[in-house]
Amino acid sequence: MAEIVSLAEAIAATVHDGDTVAMEGFTHLIPHAAGHEVIRQGRRDLTLVRMTPDIIYDQMIGTGCARKLVFSWAGNPGVGSLHRFRDAVERGWPAPLELEEHSHAGMANRYAAGASGLPFAILRGYRGTSLASQTAGVAEVTCPFTGERLTAVSALRPDVAVIHAQRADRRGNVQYWGITGVQKECVLAASRSVATVEEIVGELDQRPGAVVLPSWAVSYVAAAPGGAHPSYALGYSARDNDFYVAWDAISRDRTAFAAWMDEHIYAARPPRPRTPGEA
Amino acid sequence: MNSYTADEMMTVTAARALRDWMTCFVGIGLPSEAANLARATHAPNLVLIYESGTIGARPGALPLSIGDGMLAETAESVVSVPEIFNYWLQPGRIDVGFLGAAQLDKFGNINTTVIGSDYARPRVRLPGAGGAPEIAAACREVIVVLRQSLRAFVEQVDFVTSVGFGDGKEGRQRLGLTGAGPRRIITDLGVLQPDQDTCEFVLTGIYPGTSVADVKDRTGWDLRVSADLAMLSPPSDPELAALRGLLATMPAGDSRGSSRPISTAKGAV
Repeated sequence: MAEIVSLAEAIAATVHDGDTVAMEGFTHLIPHAAGHEVIRQGRRDLTLVRMTPDIIYDQMIGTGCARKLVFSWAGNPGVGSLHRFRDAVERGWPAPLELEEHSHAGMANRYAAGASGLPFAILRGYRGTSLASQTAGVAEVTCPFTGERLTAVSALRPDVAVIHAQRADRRGNVQYWGITGVQKECVLAASRSVATVEEIVGELDQRPGAVVLPSWAVSYVAAAPGGAHPSYALGYSARDNDFYVAWDAISRDRTAFAAWMDEHIYAARPPRPRTPGEA
Repeated sequence: MNSYTADEMMTVTAARALRDWMTCFVGIGLPSEAANLARATHAPNLVLIYESGTIGARPGALPLSIGDGMLAETAESVVSVPEIFNYWLQPGRIDVGFLGAAQLDKFGNINTTVIGSDYARPRVRLPGAGGAPEIAAACREVIVVLRQSLRAFVEQVDFVTSVGFGDGKEGRQRLGLTGAGPRRIITDLGVLQPDQDTCEFVLTGIYPGTSVADVKDRTGWDLRVSADLAMLSPPSDPELAALRGLLATMPAGDSRGSSRPISTAKGAV
């Protein structure tokens, strides 16, 4: 059964220095508040795993949480570069960043293999690309039935999965809908998991296309209303596209970035949990 | 006739390459602009598929990301990320993949990963692959949209992120890639298409006011010109009005048209 705790408690209980941490959410439902809590708790030497590092990992890389990044697309969607990521790769600031780079299809299948308890997944991909030679964990295999040459990618098995969802009930069953991304696979592939939620309700009602992760498949649930911002939670908030545009200038400069993080993250406390029935 | 920019001509030309009822896997940036313009003009039933898992999205405005809420809210179906790649893209169900590029060579191979020859110490670190390698491999055909420059149109790409024709004729067959590969490269100067015998991209169309010499000056390989070079027609008033209406829906600060040299890399999501 998932324990319902505060965000700070959930992160302290699950994310330790040196862990492999996957914080997923494909554009929608990105667990930013949880990422900020990892930064505030000062975690170091993390291997960060995420298909699209987005602003959340730009911030974690820029504040020195990460030793390694496992990813498939590291940009600011529709805007341009992730400058803290680029500064780490191009100039080693604040620390060198080891890369393990895949395609989206490869990453999605690696999570699916992890969730399935398999050592690898098979896809048609990577053939003829430089990625195949650059990245460990990509290999050619031959189909035992047809002889077709295919690509194997090693399973992802993070120590910790962190996701953001719309709701949980008081027993810790977690429900999310809209663009559901790769979060189910991520949680099921990981040893431990945290779901932050917009609200904790008495009972979950049905929502079209919703995914429900049963309480017994999740380690910790924490209320973090608005916890996806500047990403969003469908039905609760809209993607703050203006912030994504503004992040370009904030993150381009090391000093401006540090000042922004001081003011908005280090000085801030995690959002207060909201109890059922509260407005 | 209205005056128009080279970028507008490029986006209109890209939109014209799409036909009604096609299924189209769309990257963000220029590809998304062109696909939504096609839907707003001659191809109202174009099926837009974004890698966020939104199938048949009908956004009323241009999304900034491939996962904006309006894509999910207007989609015929929303599926998970493993499903969009494994069930929908990989088997070859999608007619056309629409990609951007930071660098591209004469065989249509695309680099969106690093500029510089040393992967570990790149001169410029680009966003990387995203969905592009498998879109380039598996869609029935691929259209690439990017601005033409010596920086982008190179003899050899620094990193093959997504395969066009590989090392040339039958390069795709040797690699076992199932789709037909890139059929058009659409730029702010004209259109390039692969030679049937060599798979090398040659100039097949230019825009009004552009000369062949302009295009050659901004191409890093010895560009061949088709014997049937077409003069492409300028944007119509309805096309321009629709495009400007779409762009007006983007958030302020959109980097479109800025001088940042690698801004086209965002098209490769």
